[in-house]
Amino acid sequence: MSELPLKDPAPADDATDEPRPGRIRKPIGWSMIVIAVLVAVSATLVWRRDGIDGVLEILTHDLALFGGILPRVLAGCLLGAFIAEILPHEKVSRSLGPNSGLKGLLIGTAFGAILPGGPFTAYPVASALLTVGADFGATIAMVVSWTLIGYGRAIAWELPIMGTDFTLWRIVISLPLPVLAGALGRFVYIRMYPKAAP
Amino acid sequence: MSALIIDIILWASVAAVGFIAWQRGRLILTTAVREGSMDFINIVPRIALGVIGSGYIAAVIPQEVITGWLGPDSGWLGVLTAVIAGAATPGGPVDGFSLGAVALKAGGGPPQVIAYVIAWALFAFQRLLLWEIPFMPARFVWFRAAVSLPFPFLAAAIAMAIGRP
Repeated sequence: MSELPLKDPAPADDATDEPRPGRIRKPIGWSMIVIAVLVAVSATLVWRRDGIDGVLEILTHDLALFGGILPRVLAGCLLGAFIAEILPHEKVSRSLGPNSGLKGLLIGTAFGAILPGGPFTAYPVASALLTVGADFGATIAMVVSWTLIGYGRAIAWELPIMGTDFTLWRIVISLPLPVLAGALGRFVYIRMYPKAAP
Repeated sequence: MSALIIDIILWASVAAVGFIAWQRGRLILTTAVREGSMDFINIVPRIALGVIGSGYIAAVIPQEVITGWLGPDSGWLGVLTAVIAGAATPGGPVDGFSLGAVALKAGGGPPQVIAYVIAWALFAFQRLLLWEIPFMPARFVWFRAAVSLPFPFLAAAIAMAIGRP
């Protein structure tokens, strides 16, 4: 486990020449092992059920999917890195930090809702926000807003699969949730880690 | 088509923030590009495993198991089942929404399906492990997932109260 970057935000004046804390850990971790075991077991089950053809069919389909996603992953990583470099720590911690109040949660929500791309954008950018001084509450609002009211997934997948009526009502019902989740996150965080609160 | 539009918005955003970085100085630009590229290289093996593997995981989990108990008369037990099913659903957006659509077509109650889709969006285990943990501090991820727990229930309650969709 690496240290959280948000514990020691670098002072704003030397932010440009100080190396950014590593946001991404070493490529092999326990989550990778869990997934690898799950995949191996599932692939074996598919092989026993459908034979080698079933295994290859899924493999070619998923390889194509992987090839399509790869450039977007690069775009997401670059977006996160650029945002971490250009956003001033001081300003971010003022507008999205622990004392940013409802306004910070609303900014996080709006940011999550307009953020383009999929998980390959949202998580690097959210991580960059944590690095430059946003608190857990505002970042939770951003991530939850991106998953629930972000237009990317709704347009690409939910509308065609679930239909317009369901999708629109689902989004309307979801509108208050990011701010509530961020507020709850902030509320719990301050009580769980009293020392981290300023 | 919509995928193309999203790609264009995505790369335009990259270009816009890249331009701002370039205006701040070449050093900032090159640092950011190097950092972003390193992140990319580190993340690719995980994504390869997850994306290529998720098809197998989705193929062995029977859909009926996930969509079985979400009928309109299932009430709060149905909502609870939907939340657990949402968290357990493997695969990408196609899988999650397809199962939701199957549940709706098979007679699932809208509040239950809302709870399912929202639970899946908020804390599907595979997305947490594959996407969120690699990119973000683990402590944040678990904290966020825990904080998100009440919200599928709240959404189902709102859906029941307004009688929509």
